[in-house]
Amino acid sequence: MNPVKAVSITGHGSNCEAESAYAAKMAGADVSDIVYFFDLTAGRVRLADYNFLIFPGGFLDGDDLGAGQAAAVRWRYAKTASGDALLDQLTGFFHNGGLVLGICNGFQLLVKLGLLPALGGRYFERQVSLANNDSARFEDRWVTLAANPASPCVFTRGVGVIDLPVRHGEGKLVPGSEEILNEIVAGNLHALQYVDPDTKKPTQDYPANPNGSPLAIAGLTDPTGRILGLMPHPEAYNDKTNHPGWTRGEGTALGLTLLENGVRYLKQR
Amino acid sequence: MLWRIETTVRPRVADAAGRRVAAKIKNELGLEVAGVRLIRVFTVAGLSRDEAQKVVEAAALHDPVLQTASLLPLGHDFDWAVEVGLRPGVTDNEGRTAKETISLVLGLSPERAAALAVFTAQQYLIDGALSEAQVERICRDLLANDLIQRHEFKSAAQWAAHHGFTPRSAQVAAEAVSDVAAVDLAAMDDAALAAFSRDNTLALSLSEMRVIRDHFLDERTAAARKAAGLPDTPTDAEIEVLAQTWSEHCKHKIFNAKITYTDKRTGEVRVIDSLYKTFIQGTTAAIRTGLGDRDYCLSVFTDNAGVIKFTDALSVCIKVETHNSPSALDPYGGALTGIVGVNRDPMGTGMGANLLCNTDVFCFASPFYDRELPPRLLHPRRVLEGVREGVEHGGNKSGIPTVNGSIVFDERYLGKPLVFCGTVGTMPATLHGKPSHMKKARPGDAIVMTGGRIGKDGIHGATFSSEELHEGSPATAVQIGDPITQRKMYDFLMRARDAGYYNAITDNGAGGLSSSVGEMARDTGGCELDLSRAPLKYPGLRPWEILLSEAQERMTLAVPQDRLPAFLALAREMDVEASVLGTFTESGYFRVTYGDKPVAGLSMDFLHDGAPQLLLEAVWEEPVREKIAPQTTDLDQAQLLARMLGRLNICSKQYVIRQYDHEVKGGSAVKPLVGVKRDGPADAGVLRPDLSRPEGLVVSHGICPKFSDIDTYHMMAAAIDEAVRNAVAVGADPATLAGVDNFCWCDPVASEKTPDGRYKLAQLVRANQALADVCLAYGAPCVSGKDSMKNDYTGGGVKISIPPTVLFSIIGKIDDVSKSVTSDFKRPGDLVYLLGATASELGGSELESELRAGGGNVPVVDAARFKARYHDLHRAMSARLVNACHDLSDGGLGVALAEMAIGGRLGATIDLARMPVLGGGLSTLELLYSESAGRLLATVAPENRAAFEAHFPAAELGLLGVVTHEPVLELRSGMAPVLREDVEKLAHAFKSTLDW
Repeated sequence: MNPVKAVSITGHGSNCEAESAYAAKMAGADVSDIVYFFDLTAGRVRLADYNFLIFPGGFLDGDDLGAGQAAAVRWRYAKTASGDALLDQLTGFFHNGGLVLGICNGFQLLVKLGLLPALGGRYFERQVSLANNDSARFEDRWVTLAANPASPCVFTRGVGVIDLPVRHGEGKLVPGSEEILNEIVAGNLHALQYVDPDTKKPTQDYPANPNGSPLAIAGLTDPTGRILGLMPHPEAYNDKTNHPGWTRGEGTALGLTLLENGVRYLKQR
Repeated sequence: MLWRIETTVRPRVADAAGRRVAAKIKNELGLEVAGVRLIRVFTVAGLSRDEAQKVVEAAALHDPVLQTASLLPLGHDFDWAVEVGLRPGVTDNEGRTAKETISLVLGLSPERAAALAVFTAQQYLIDGALSEAQVERICRDLLANDLIQRHEFKSAAQWAAHHGFTPRSAQVAAEAVSDVAAVDLAAMDDAALAAFSRDNTLALSLSEMRVIRDHFLDERTAAARKAAGLPDTPTDAEIEVLAQTWSEHCKHKIFNAKITYTDKRTGEVRVIDSLYKTFIQGTTAAIRTGLGDRDYCLSVFTDNAGVIKFTDALSVCIKVETHNSPSALDPYGGALTGIVGVNRDPMGTGMGANLLCNTDVFCFASPFYDRELPPRLLHPRRVLEGVREGVEHGGNKSGIPTVNGSIVFDERYLGKPLVFCGTVGTMPATLHGKPSHMKKARPGDAIVMTGGRIGKDGIHGATFSSEELHEGSPATAVQIGDPITQRKMYDFLMRARDAGYYNAITDNGAGGLSSSVGEMARDTGGCELDLSRAPLKYPGLRPWEILLSEAQERMTLAVPQDRLPAFLALAREMDVEASVLGTFTESGYFRVTYGDKPVAGLSMDFLHDGAPQLLLEAVWEEPVREKIAPQTTDLDQAQLLARMLGRLNICSKQYVIRQYDHEVKGGSAVKPLVGVKRDGPADAGVLRPDLSRPEGLVVSHGICPKFSDIDTYHMMAAAIDEAVRNAVAVGADPATLAGVDNFCWCDPVASEKTPDGRYKLAQLVRANQALADVCLAYGAPCVSGKDSMKNDYTGGGVKISIPPTVLFSIIGKIDDVSKSVTSDFKRPGDLVYLLGATASELGGSELESELRAGGGNVPVVDAARFKARYHDLHRAMSARLVNACHDLSDGGLGVALAEMAIGGRLGATIDLARMPVLGGGLSTLELLYSESAGRLLATVAPENRAAFEAHFPAAELGLLGVVTHEPVLELRSGMAPVLREDVEKLAHAFKSTLDW
């Protein structure tokens, strides 16, 4: 079995690194480190030392210029102390078979970096974006999600229906064109959808769909299924008492399930 | 050359933010507009045209999927174009991010990057047939705050004649200055001294001015000054440092005054030497003594936050602050600064704490206020919206969950809104083998400032907030917080802490360096501080301004010389500015220079202990209250309950709650909204500080200003009881509680302006007496606190004083979060118990306000009895016998039952005749809406009836009825029906008032 080495990248306003690292640990990762962006640029840490990369939630650069925009520019242009492009490390990490999970602000970053949905294998091309919620408000509420069973995504295999919290103001998927949306659907890259809690069917109705995302898309994967970006927070459902209805006996599989799938994939590879 | 880079959403993308502005114009100002579109404007200085064009082409500042960008004006097809930008010197967070991003994209050299400047502005394209006066009103009352922002607008015709707006820089244009002025106090008589204090916003009294004058006339002072190269007379910096250190805000002079208290009813006269020492500190000391080796307090009142033991491995600290005056002038900036400011208190407590959660309580006038506003005051809805958004950005962007809070409404908060912001932190019990709650600067340690740069922002914040608000209050008192700069500093500091790079840390809040360095220098007995080494946002600050500036996001540390290189290297690497400003010494003097030029040289003793103790008089006279019986003819009880649920002080606050992240950090166990539809109110927040452990931290509060007009003793007692009861209701162990008292008073010092000062001071004395009595009885020590004593407004010939208000916050512990209980009805068939007796106590109640009645009895806290009840309840909860629990507060039993039913979307049949009562003959209105303290509702599975009842004395318990499947709340009294209402209708009433 391969050792699973998870790393949650933080700094510049990311703020869910602790619970993300905890979730990876609980999901069975052998190593689960928290690393600052500065640790990468200083050359102290290299992505090649890991195989499970997590971009946690938060407010990179305070959402100035739009969520993830400034951070995407930083990743694109940053160099390490020895003068190497940081982006090359990221590319190398992915080509070596690593998994990437972007949660909320991390998903926004992946989209703006062009790592999702990467239609046609065109990585680092911005094909979609995440815009203001229809309500134009930040909102914290729990939603019900259904995994797309036909999706190549390794994180959502066998997940079915799961409850998770959303906590964002910019989560509405906007494809660059109608064709892009069609290609996403054709490739089953829409890994997770907001569903009506009663019917379990994808919904455009607020608040079950909290942001008005088309086709109720909550999470995207890439054609290899090794990258998942999602607006909801799986790491924030790490214990049954996180669920807002737990005192009533409500609950679903924990959000950790998504990370466990990633860990299992890496171990069995 | 300035370039304007404009960005806007593409036509195929919905402009949700623009739509929201249009809705606000309609809802808040009542003006019809067809639509609003937004354009973001970045005005850039320091680039060539080609470079500016490259910024656009490389999509540095915009998202090409969503937006277009251009160097030419993008506006077209509108009736009015409005542009709002920041005034020079106002913090521009997005401008800073844009600058960093442009530098990266263009690969600018460090010199060119430093010279680059970006100023953001917001353009609004309004479609609507508006007059120029209406557009001006939209600018003034909604889009721009003239204190910190500029605005301009053009009609379509003006635009056609001349496209676009002129590029405007918000650069502060100033030359470096190092002037130190001498102030000839010796030449001033009393009138001149008083005038000097007033004209310079010093907030020093005449007797304090005299003490300062006389100190400098003293021969020993003169000799020491000569030796240090300082003038005989005090410098401007010294006067300012003394004014700040001795300010009410920093010194709590009223709480430390010697007060002669006369009770006119009893004729009793009593001299109290410091309310703080007598009632607050003294009470905590007594409780700790009583706890003996079970004492869980670690550090109380001495540090930026109070610290208690949570587990053997983890300590918890808490601080609650107010940011009232700045929030009155600029609600957004004031509240944002309030929350990121209080975050720095735990960060600067002991060796520095990790931030765990926030708690926020606001007091406003009605957002539906519809009369003329006195000069300088903002409309309460605007204040509410601004404060809400400021705390949203401050909390969410910092990644700290807001787990508890409330909003209290009273017309008198029009004069000053109250914005309470609290933060809880955690720290490993020990660090490097030493208790983490201890710290001490050592002689020779470097004085290091980290974080943001210094500007003119917040100068005179400490002294300004020690005064009433008036028409001429200074604009520099307002600051805008920057959560991301602070977050980066926090990330760095936690690493530096764990690496053992410093000996002591404190935050820069009120009084800036003067306060932080002045306080830390007490550890060693002196300091040498060189202001010329302080990083500035822009030139033009005089030395005293550098010393006093309250610019945000800064911490001051004592770094041992041998760790200094490692400390500075880590800061550089993590992109945090750190500057060595001097050293801590044992000289006995607070010495400040600007380069070689002496700026201040005050003896530490005079600085910290030289302020004369205030001597004040307090006279208690029971207020005469008119008895006005409630109008009860034609009163429909179902309608009345719906009206009560819709009252501002009772209704759902979900509009605000949902916009706050209440579960980041992943430990949330009881959220602010509970129940099957997540719209029932929670009594308190519960979360796991350590995700790998079952222990929960409970966060609750109580606040009851509505009883202050009757007797502040009972106001205070009720607030503490409410806080304790809320904590116990969710499962906190009542033996683990720690409190924080935040007093917000109207000026209680008798003067020409405040002829009723003796009464207001007596109110303060009585509240303190209650705090001592009730905390002692509950065994709940206060570990931290703060007071804000000048919450008055004068202007336009009107004086508005807030009702005396105390926020009492509590943290407690539950040994296993899976034992937490929420307020929503759980299962049909569950028995509904009322714990505690109801008395005829409608005084100050929500019902009295609703029915415009008055003169009822104020609720009285019987702390010894209540305490036993709370411990009994906790034992029953620990045995998992309680399915739901809710406290009875605003709106009494009627409202509490409705809230539990709403939470569960289940009904109940309730018999009011089974309520335990004190004194007989209570009316139905009293039974339903009396706000008697100490009461809780609990539901219990029928099979657990005997086990549950065994925990309580029979007289304490009333088995009122049963939870029903049919979602209808049905109340009767014996056989007589009282009301019957659909729960969904009650939920609608509860949620409609603030459904924005």
